[in-house]
Amino acid sequence: MVDLIEARVVVIGSGPAGIAAACAAAESGGRVLLVDGQSEPGGAIWRGAWTGRVPAADPAPVWFDRLRRAPVETAFDTTIVGRVGPHRLLAAREHRSIEIRYDRLILATGARELLLPFPGWTLPGVVGAGALQLLVKNGLPIAGARVAVVGSGPLLPAVAASLRARGASIAVLIEQASWRALARFAGHLMVGHFSKFRQALALKRAIRGTAYRAGCWPRAAVGEDRVRSIVFTDGVHLREEPCDWVACGFGLVPNLELAAMLGCGIRDGRLTVDDHQESTQEGVFGAGELCGVGGVDLALALGRIAGHASVGDRVRAERWMSLRDKHRRLATRLEHTFRLRSELERLCEPETIVCRCEDVPFGSLRGAASARDAKLATRCGMGPCQGRICGPATERLFGWTDRSGRPPLVPIRLDALADPPDS
Amino acid sequence: MSRPGVGRSYDVVIAGAGMVGAACAEAAAREGLRVLVVEPDLCGGGATAAGMGHLVVMDDSPAQFELTRYSCARWKERRDEFPEQVEFRETGTIWIAADEDEAVAARKKGDLFRAHGVAAEWLDPPTLAECEPDLAPGFAGGLLVAGDAAIYPPRAAQSLLERAQDRGARVVRDAVVGMKDREVLLRAGGRVPAAACVVASGEAARHWLPELPLGVKKGHLLITDRTAHRVRHQLVELGYSRSAHGDELESVAFNAQPRGTRQILLGSSRQVGVTTRDVDWPILRRMVRRGIRFLPGLATIMATRVWTGLRQSTPDSLPLIGEDARRPGVILATGHEGLGVTTSLGTADLVVSIMLGRAPPIRAEPFRPSRFGSPP
Repeated sequence: MVDLIEARVVVIGSGPAGIAAACAAAESGGRVLLVDGQSEPGGAIWRGAWTGRVPAADPAPVWFDRLRRAPVETAFDTTIVGRVGPHRLLAAREHRSIEIRYDRLILATGARELLLPFPGWTLPGVVGAGALQLLVKNGLPIAGARVAVVGSGPLLPAVAASLRARGASIAVLIEQASWRALARFAGHLMVGHFSKFRQALALKRAIRGTAYRAGCWPRAAVGEDRVRSIVFTDGVHLREEPCDWVACGFGLVPNLELAAMLGCGIRDGRLTVDDHQESTQEGVFGAGELCGVGGVDLALALGRIAGHASVGDRVRAERWMSLRDKHRRLATRLEHTFRLRSELERLCEPETIVCRCEDVPFGSLRGAASARDAKLATRCGMGPCQGRICGPATERLFGWTDRSGRPPLVPIRLDALADPPDS
Repeated sequence: MSRPGVGRSYDVVIAGAGMVGAACAEAAAREGLRVLVVEPDLCGGGATAAGMGHLVVMDDSPAQFELTRYSCARWKERRDEFPEQVEFRETGTIWIAADEDEAVAARKKGDLFRAHGVAAEWLDPPTLAECEPDLAPGFAGGLLVAGDAAIYPPRAAQSLLERAQDRGARVVRDAVVGMKDREVLLRAGGRVPAAACVVASGEAARHWLPELPLGVKKGHLLITDRTAHRVRHQLVELGYSRSAHGDELESVAFNAQPRGTRQILLGSSRQVGVTTRDVDWPILRRMVRRGIRFLPGLATIMATRVWTGLRQSTPDSLPLIGEDARRPGVILATGHEGLGVTTSLGTADLVVSIMLGRAPPIRAEPFRPSRFGSPP
């Protein structure tokens, strides 16, 4: 028999939304299991803070403390592999298989960075902005290196600031949103969300002296066996800036694979939920970036609502709705401010690689009618990353959506699939 | 895709643009016939996309041996016609003998193959270990069939269909639902005058010709992440066709294929009569255990994707190729089980010979649908 764990409420993902959901469900009297593929809670945003490897930013300490005190069972290093049947998931921990049974399920699977292809983006030295931040946290020496930070969204100055704090010099920060959109957004923050405005000011101070180019976007990363410089444009002029690294990020895309596998409705790239965060599948709730990228505060509010509502405690759930609405308005502003310009869809040359795993160039995808058509003709999205990188890119470039996700949700060791071994 | 012209007639309508349908379309178009291909989905998107793409000579029966041997020879003759994306690789097959009994059977297989001009070489245990260093120790040896190969089947089907189109074949997105008075009936309501209709889709056959002795065998496949692990040939346990482990209804057998990308494709499972497409975790577990038993190094590498496919099968495991005795003009080309990709080119040659009344390139009798008798 496969190992079995059961709980009334199972929460998948232990970022801010998952932690809030687990605590809220426990507060409302549910037996809760919190599951995460990492070895500690926090999600991508608070990674390393639980064990103190990285200083914990507010409000992480408060939530970690709540989680420690709440009667919540946890299963870390445990990745969801797929669906076994109604109310049953298969998970893996190292070389073991585990079946997870639930009455209510809360998905808090977060989001990942959107990478868009442009000429030269596959050169060594061109990496995801969040990925570079993580590499540096894990010991990659960056002191003295020149980094170009490229893309869009509030993550970019945060990455630039943290790299700078480790001794990197930021060659240039290229933000595709226009100055006008950024100024409007700053005005909105100052009026309605003053603490956020202060955070933004602090970030601005932290990257003082950096060339910040708004209304610009990359045209090519240049180099032979490694990136040497970044070429960018404002639509009129081309400029070139030498650099040792290019850190890219064009915003975040929700991790919808598990939701899709469970048959939950998905619209406009986010999980469809009702006012109490329940998806179109009865008993399956969603919280956090999955329901639309909106940042930590919104994720916490959504987590609380989902947690309470999952065990039928609508009274407590509804207390958080006005806060949710406030943060959602900000999220909508954010989305509007950093909406990707259409020029970014026209950066590829015919030979620019779109699917890195299978070396599929842009030119060979143009004739395809759908993601599946492209897969069959070119293997696009069929490599080791299973379309996690090129899928969101082709969605933007060609309008394809592919929710046909096949298990395992993340790569899993064969001995875990074989567990328990032959007797 | 284009609409078939109103009032236009065809020499042959082909139902299904999988590997077999695409090969039939290309062969018919090459003969100058007017061809219409009817496919409700994407070319090569069904069982064609789900399989391993192993081009393999099999000898479970003399007829199977003749068809697979002829077809593999055709693949080799024609390999230069296919674009690079078809990924034709001469991986060869090693049939692995678990014990002395299997070693005897493998040597016999080798004798048969060589007698018919198929290169086959017995590998004793040290030679086997040299050829496949990561294989578990303790096997009785292996039979290397160096001419076997592997391809990426959906692209091969598309390539054949494109070539058929270059020769004037038309393709329409619809489904064939019947044939009456030399008119092929389409699901969307169209009626296409045609001399013949080739049924190259198990799915179409199941709905339109429910009396055919077609069953389904579900299979699972898995692909690993890139690995430093070495698999040099397609490795298959000798008991594969007998379904080494399990019973008549459900079994697994070891089958591994190296991909050019240093990934490994791992099979296989067989579940009779199961038509759901979900992954069946218990049988997958058995399949993976079997894989690890043959290649212990697989244990610690990552699986990136698991999927299933439905193979159309017949009671004697030979395809139905030939005229449907009860329906004038209907020619069947379905029920290939796991060998549709391998035998597509041979099947297409047989179908064309039937349509044109020519002598078939190999004996056609064993594949005639009438071999099962007429239903009452």
